[in-house]
Amino acid sequence: MARVRSVAVLAAVTLAVAGCGGVGGNDDSGGGGAAGKGAISTLGFSLPDEIATTRVETFKKAHPDIPVTITEGAFDEQQFLSAVASGNPPDLVYLNRKLIGTYAKQGSILPLDDCVAKQGIDMAQYRPAAKDEVTLDGKVYGIPEFYSVRVVYMNEAILREAGLTPDDVDLSDWAGLAALNAKLAKVEGGKLTRIGIDPKIPEFLPMWAKANGADLLAADGRTANLADPKVAEALRTGLSLIEDQGGWGAFKAFRDTFDFFGAQSPLAKNQIAVWPMEDWFLNVAGRETPDAELVVRPFVDRAGQPLTFASGSAWVVPKGAKNPDAACTFAKTMTATDTWYAAAKARADKRAADRTPFTGLYTGNVEADKRIFAELYRPSGNKRFDDAVATILSVQDKGFSLPASPAGAEFDKAWYDAVNRALSGGGDGSADLARGQREASAALNRAAG
Amino acid sequence: MAAPRRRPTLARREARWGVLFLAPWLVGFLVFYAGPMVASLWLSFTDYDIVNPPRFVGLDNYRQMLADPMVARSLRNTVYYTVLHVPLTMAISLGLALLLNRVGRLSGFFRTVFYLPVMTPAVAVGILFLLLLNTQDGLVNGFLGWFGIDGPSWTTDPAWVMPGIVLMSLWSLGSTVVIYLAALQNVPRELHEAATVDGAGSWQRFRSVTLPMISGALFFTLIVNTIAALQMFTEVYTMFFGNQSTQQRFDADASTFYVIYLFQQAFQFLHMGFASALAWLLFLVILVITVVQLRLSKRWVYYESEES
Repeated sequence: MARVRSVAVLAAVTLAVAGCGGVGGNDDSGGGGAAGKGAISTLGFSLPDEIATTRVETFKKAHPDIPVTITEGAFDEQQFLSAVASGNPPDLVYLNRKLIGTYAKQGSILPLDDCVAKQGIDMAQYRPAAKDEVTLDGKVYGIPEFYSVRVVYMNEAILREAGLTPDDVDLSDWAGLAALNAKLAKVEGGKLTRIGIDPKIPEFLPMWAKANGADLLAADGRTANLADPKVAEALRTGLSLIEDQGGWGAFKAFRDTFDFFGAQSPLAKNQIAVWPMEDWFLNVAGRETPDAELVVRPFVDRAGQPLTFASGSAWVVPKGAKNPDAACTFAKTMTATDTWYAAAKARADKRAADRTPFTGLYTGNVEADKRIFAELYRPSGNKRFDDAVATILSVQDKGFSLPASPAGAEFDKAWYDAVNRALSGGGDGSADLARGQREASAALNRAAG
Repeated sequence: MAAPRRRPTLARREARWGVLFLAPWLVGFLVFYAGPMVASLWLSFTDYDIVNPPRFVGLDNYRQMLADPMVARSLRNTVYYTVLHVPLTMAISLGLALLLNRVGRLSGFFRTVFYLPVMTPAVAVGILFLLLLNTQDGLVNGFLGWFGIDGPSWTTDPAWVMPGIVLMSLWSLGSTVVIYLAALQNVPRELHEAATVDGAGSWQRFRSVTLPMISGALFFTLIVNTIAALQMFTEVYTMFFGNQSTQQRFDADASTFYVIYLFQQAFQFLHMGFASALAWLLFLVILVITVVQLRLSKRWVYYESEES
């Protein structure tokens, strides 16, 4: 009932505000002007480590005339929308880039093209896949922050036990995956005790589809492509890998017991052999399980060419922000090459003091990454981890992302639901993808209308 | 000579004081319930995304509700849960209350023990049961394993998702137990004694004395638990939709409750008008069910104030 009530309460508040002249009835222009002035506040950003604190301190030193209030905590859509609706939003919001299309279409965040032009933000410095996610209909709505890529992790100890080497793991050969999986997976007493190959669906379906030459969503963010036979083939490949390991129920139940963040990770416990995953796991593995026999390789398409699914966060300026110019200055400073470098140096110094390896920092800023890896990063001497860092670096410019879409949240739900139905219901998934296509198209058409 | 001023009667004075004491609630009701309800009724006829002004669309949202298969599915899920949860909660709570009623001096201790789970935050309950219901390593299947039962996939098999949620819901039946216990302790002992003298056995006394005497409490918990079940949200949202990773890894068809779908439409997809229409349908469903229950209650609920 609380949620039902909250809709009604919010509605009433909003109506009252609308009656007083509308939400953000002031200037709707997208923040522009030279460096802004006045106090700013943020939502969705936290200060958990030196990467965050150093950059905020850098901003404060560079712009003492712009006091910053960081309201720590994860992005909360209700909090954000309520703030915008009440006409009292923060000046900046930090959120997942994939949310930007929906909010841009709605008008709850401002286009930043003026800000980019007036403050001389060099958009060329950001990675193309990150820019795709913050751009809708040719307008920029966000300033990209971090940049996370997916690579393939392997446990060489398990490979060796199966009489294989990392070179034998060829994810471009889809016909050979079942045999490879059968050598690596382990079932004891009817229970799955080791995953051979984890396709990581639903979340990595876009990467498997891309490897097969298909995009789930057209570049304009308005045309769903879930019914493409190449997408169906990618899904079937993932489904059969899971089916061969006891089916979704057993597979997921086993995977749900994994703790990737600690010393008892499935890598340390030899519970998984080959799996694609985000780059952050290398940091954790380096810290928690430095002796693990980890090998990292790029995910590849069916021709063997590296590719990676990229994602990350961005700064956006909500409609009704009191100081959009100052907010833009903050976003510019937080993502500037020098600022990222300062943050990376703070982390490198801290790691040196802790005697743990500095495995680099992966940002949406190409120049920052180049400088960080040229000047701060030093191979740790642990060849496995040094090679892994090199692999992750090598795929940074092979990234793709789902383009910003005016119905991004609904599109995501449509394809996730399709895959989950296929996983839960059995079958080859084609009917589920067809339903997903209908749901996604309906949502995209509604958003377009 | 002016007529002597009549002193208000006692009843009138009491009524005034009653209204005065009710005033805070009345103001709260008007400002925080009635007003927003009227607003949401209006919004249900509009296309509204919070940020832009509402645009009148007539009955479009209601037509969309009829055409959207997830509305029917989520409603079916919710009713299915209610039909399982409410009778089970009432039966188990009554059983526990009957036991507690016999405990005697330790009754207070056990009452506290049974009530403690109610104090657990709903979010924590959701996360806890996600672990307990894990197919491979969960305690529930571990327990079933002792009896040679191969437990089901509680969170991934669409057929078992709802029974798993019902199992979780039984964790928090302490409030119902306490209400029944209070009612049981109010059953006059002489009625039992008279029935015993008349030769009634324990089952007959339970059926003919205890149940009628606590029927008011039973009816109250039936209404309250039904309404709460139809509005189930927090625990299930935490389990299956709480964050990006959980939302992405479960079969949404089996676990989407009506209010969860409403919440998604409102706050994830920004269809506030459609969500308002959904809220009104739920309101009507609850209203109808409650009215039916009230009507039927006349046949089986006994109030002591009534003349027999």
